[in-house]
Amino acid sequence: MSDVRFTKDHEWVRIEGDTATVGISEYAQEQLGDVVFVELPTVGADVEAGGDAAVVESVKAASEVYAPIGGTIVEVNEDLEATPGLVNESAEDAGWFWRMEISDADELEELMTTADYKAFLEGLD
Amino acid sequence: MSQDQKRTPLYDLHAELGAKFVPFAGYAMPVQYAAGILKEHLHTRAGAGLFDVTHMGQVRLIAPDAAERLEALVPGDITALAAGEMRYTMFTNGRGGVLDDLMVTRRADDVFLVVNAGCKDQDIALLRDALGAAGVAYDEDRALLALQGPGAVAALARHAPGVADLGFMKAAALTIAGTKAWVSRSGYTGEDGFEISVAHADADGLARTLLAEPEVEAVGLGARDSLRLEAGLCLYGNDLTPDITPIEAGLTWTISKRRRATGGFSGDAVIQAQIADGPARRRVGIQPSGRAPARAHTSVVVGETTVGEITSGGFGPSVGGPVAMGYVDRAHAKAGTEIVLDIRGKRHAAAVVKMPFVPHRYAK
Repeated sequence: MSDVRFTKDHEWVRIEGDTATVGISEYAQEQLGDVVFVELPTVGADVEAGGDAAVVESVKAASEVYAPIGGTIVEVNEDLEATPGLVNESAEDAGWFWRMEISDADELEELMTTADYKAFLEGLD
Repeated sequence: MSQDQKRTPLYDLHAELGAKFVPFAGYAMPVQYAAGILKEHLHTRAGAGLFDVTHMGQVRLIAPDAAERLEALVPGDITALAAGEMRYTMFTNGRGGVLDDLMVTRRADDVFLVVNAGCKDQDIALLRDALGAAGVAYDEDRALLALQGPGAVAALARHAPGVADLGFMKAAALTIAGTKAWVSRSGYTGEDGFEISVAHADADGLARTLLAEPEVEAVGLGARDSLRLEAGLCLYGNDLTPDITPIEAGLTWTISKRRRATGGFSGDAVIQAQIADGPARRRVGIQPSGRAPARAHTSVVVGETTVGEITSGGFGPSVGGPVAMGYVDRAHAKAGTEIVLDIRGKRHAAAVVKMPFVPHRYAK
């Protein structure tokens, strides 16, 4: 089992050794509605925890996606360019946004576990 | 959901249909239903969409010379309308800017207006100033439903056979499945369709009757916006403001020969001069070359110079890509002009194009 953490801004991060895969949560895609465009970061770019990294656009509006932790972008999900709707269909799997090298694993401690995030969502309604 | 938001008589029906509510002009309105904006938009162009637009203001001018006196506030030709004919026009200010856009229908006993939700208090005050308080009736107990799309006429005709004979921009008092209604062949999606005014008490029953027709699905304000954008129609507050004239907005067609010649409305001198000389900037369609939607306030650049700004933009579901409209200096307003859009600090190629993005399919 890989370790998945969540942010209060509804990003998820899946940790596999020194790298992490990032996307937006099922709750986030539900709130956004039909995703029509995703602007991905550039491979090789450095991002900071909480910094702007990507943009996800629904029919209605554009929303920032923040980097849950700091690091270097090593891969982006190019499938989202042709098929942005993957974010709706499979937010926490095939609809991933980018993979990154983790610069400081301690930052993960700031994030919520799956159980914490579930409780956090229940508190929102 | 804030307690002080007003609810339309269709609120419970919206909730049953899985609506996501947003605050809009003081009302809790459905931005989308369970199907989502994309599907609702496409369904409207393929079948028929039912929209709750009860938040809009329905105003009756009952002063005896209402049509003549309304002409002091709008550049549209109102006195030329026969009973049952409607026209799109706008309230203007002294600078020729647009205070609101509206639909005006002349009826046997009054002049009927439908104005934007966010402007209705201002509009009613303006009308009461001009016509006297006794000459203006605001019908807060009326609901307004829009049934839009190529399937609208067949669906509505099953309950009100008379609607098939109603021409575009014509209106009549009709009975729909036993409900007394004021029905016009009009709308704001670029499709054939109807706007139906009924008493609050009748709205829920009528909406359920129409939703039971095979062509009809409930459609929220999200798709209403993407439909009107593809149709090249203005959204008040974005594409029309007190600082934009109807001539800049490409709405010169709404001003008749007589009214251009004689004026007699707020801002007439400015508007007449712009008709004669051409405005310094014009509303144009903007087609981004790539996939990135360009939203309102995106700068339009030619070379290193900012020549305009997008006022409405987003994803056009029927186009299958981004579409936008905005104002550009007249030197760059010709269809085919290549422009650059500054989206989040990155330059994206685009072109000025003719509107609508999706051809209008109004009834004859």
